[in-house]
Amino acid sequence: MTPPFNGQAVRAILRYEMSRARRTLGQSILSPVLSTVLYFVVFGAAIGSRIPAVGAVSYAAFIVPGLIMQTVLAQSISFAAFAIYFPRFTGTIYEILSAPVSFVEVIIGYVGAAALKSAATGLIILFISFFFVPLRILHPFCMIGFLGLTCAAFSLLGFIIGIWADGFEQLQLIPLLVITPLSFLGGSFYSIKMLPPFWQKLSLANPVVYLISGFRWSFYGHADVAVGVSLSVIGAFFAVCLCVTAWIFKTGYRLRN
Amino acid sequence: MTPAISIKGLGKTYAGGFTALKDIDLEIERGEIFALLGPNGAGKTTLIGAICGTVKVTAGHVSVCGHDIAADPASARKAVGLVPQELTIEAFETPWDTVSFSRGLFGRPPDPARIEDILKRLSLWDKKDTQIRRLSGGMKRRVMIAKALAHEPQVLFLDEPSAGVDVELRKSMWEQVRLLRAAGVTIILTTHYLEEAEEIADRIGVIRKGRLILTEDKDTLMKKLGKKELAVELAAAHAGIPPVLANFDLALSPDGLRLILTYEAGRGESVISGLLEKLKAEGIAYADISTRQSSLEEIFIRLVGEDA
Ligand SMILES: Nc1ncnc2c1ncn2[C@@H]1O[C@H](COP(=O)(O)OP(=O)(O)OP(=O)(O)O)[C@@H](O)[C@H]1O
Ligand SMILES: [Mg+2]
Repeated sequence: MTPPFNGQAVRAILRYEMSRARRTLGQSILSPVLSTVLYFVVFGAAIGSRIPAVGAVSYAAFIVPGLIMQTVLAQSISFAAFAIYFPRFTGTIYEILSAPVSFVEVIIGYVGAAALKSAATGLIILFISFFFVPLRILHPFCMIGFLGLTCAAFSLLGFIIGIWADGFEQLQLIPLLVITPLSFLGGSFYSIKMLPPFWQKLSLANPVVYLISGFRWSFYGHADVAVGVSLSVIGAFFAVCLCVTAWIFKTGYRLRN
Repeated sequence: MTPAISIKGLGKTYAGGFTALKDIDLEIERGEIFALLGPNGAGKTTLIGAICGTVKVTAGHVSVCGHDIAADPASARKAVGLVPQELTIEAFETPWDTVSFSRGLFGRPPDPARIEDILKRLSLWDKKDTQIRRLSGGMKRRVMIAKALAHEPQVLFLDEPSAGVDVELRKSMWEQVRLLRAAGVTIILTTHYLEEAEEIADRIGVIRKGRLILTEDKDTLMKKLGKKELAVELAAAHAGIPPVLANFDLALSPDGLRLILTYEAGRGESVISGLLEKLKAEGIAYADISTRQSSLEEIFIRLVGEDA
């Protein structure tokens, strides 16, 4: 009888994905790190000195958590979407489909690898930002928790996009048309409390607001929405993505002819 | 022992409504080399995909070494290695890494000595650290075979293994296939090169328009369906076929020196002795006789070509 969990397969997928990241280090990790760091150098250090502090936090420090979240979000999606789309595109997916791996192993392997890579990207940015911006982290464990959960949830979303996409255009479609606007309007650069009431209400429909608010809370102790609510929203989002992926594997959607 | 492959009532209708396989029943014994023959689009790749899990089955049951592919897919798939028809392989990996990856994916613990052995047997050892995009097509195909063998499968599927492979390589590939069979591995291959099936297979299945129209031992098939020819070299030229021989299926060569008798391979004895007795009785002298068996190619064209 074959053991119910194929740990060797998870190991193989993780190793493979990590070695691919090493091979493409510049493109996969360094370039998002660089562009995010440029953001807070320009908006934080240069322009930010002319913008009043938000609460007790200087503007430069205020935007760092949101920027990290934005990058991590986008990278999670892109890592995971690409990781599963590429084998579909080249045809090497046949091996995964014919292997004794279930939904669980494939998810842990591909989504786990994507989440690890994007979490690493976030932590590198955080580390670099200490050199430019006066940062405090009041709740480091919560910070790691928020980061991890976000990476996992959006890697799952990326995985779904990678399976759904029928071409490189579609692969970019959702990130460009949905995620980028939501993430820019997610309160990286402002507290939604600064917005007029109508826009405040509308912002609450944007899930990214909850992520950034919660993440920023773990730095400075101030949140736009209650931390518990933030956590629930991420948790619920994660659960929905998990259900969709389970369905994909059950039906073979876009995987098996 | 349970058969390597057992298929009952297998059917496959693609999402668009096209039925690529209809009611396939097939059993393949352990240690057999089974060749699947059929023209383009007959359903060979679909059949292999249905067994290996790349194609969703829409009717019937398949088990591999006694494990039902729907009830216990993990055990069934662990027993199977697949080399697909198309060259699909990660261009930026090295043979060593990609073969090691395959072994892990199929749930086997790392075993560098085993990987080394596989790569050496497929003459890939000196290329083990070269990026796959720098390898030739034939080498890539061998890397794909190495990947399929990495987890020591009991059943190996080769979907048109000799496409794009030179004569030398093909020879050594058949050698490997025989070695694998000697080690107890069951091998199922598809091919368009019919001499190939004749050369390597123990049993042959012919598939056409999604139906398995025939499965037979290669030798039985040759005997049963092979038309044989008996050539009789006459001592003197004849202008036409002598009327007394009208009961036989005969042809005369243009120079009038050779009579050619066509007969079913199974019914040889009686026909031949009948003809020879008749020749003797009529006083027609002959210098030599020889027989020829039709090739699988001819059998195949007869089977598949009719009302195609
Ligand atoms: N994904 C698909 N969707 C719809 N029809 C398909 C699909 N894949 C294959 N078919 C059809 O199913 C039939 C059988 O195809 P298959 O690839 O199994 O043939 P084959 O015997 O392997 O042919 P070849 O010798 O050319 O490789 C063909 O008519 C093909 O057009
Ligand atoms: Mg085919």
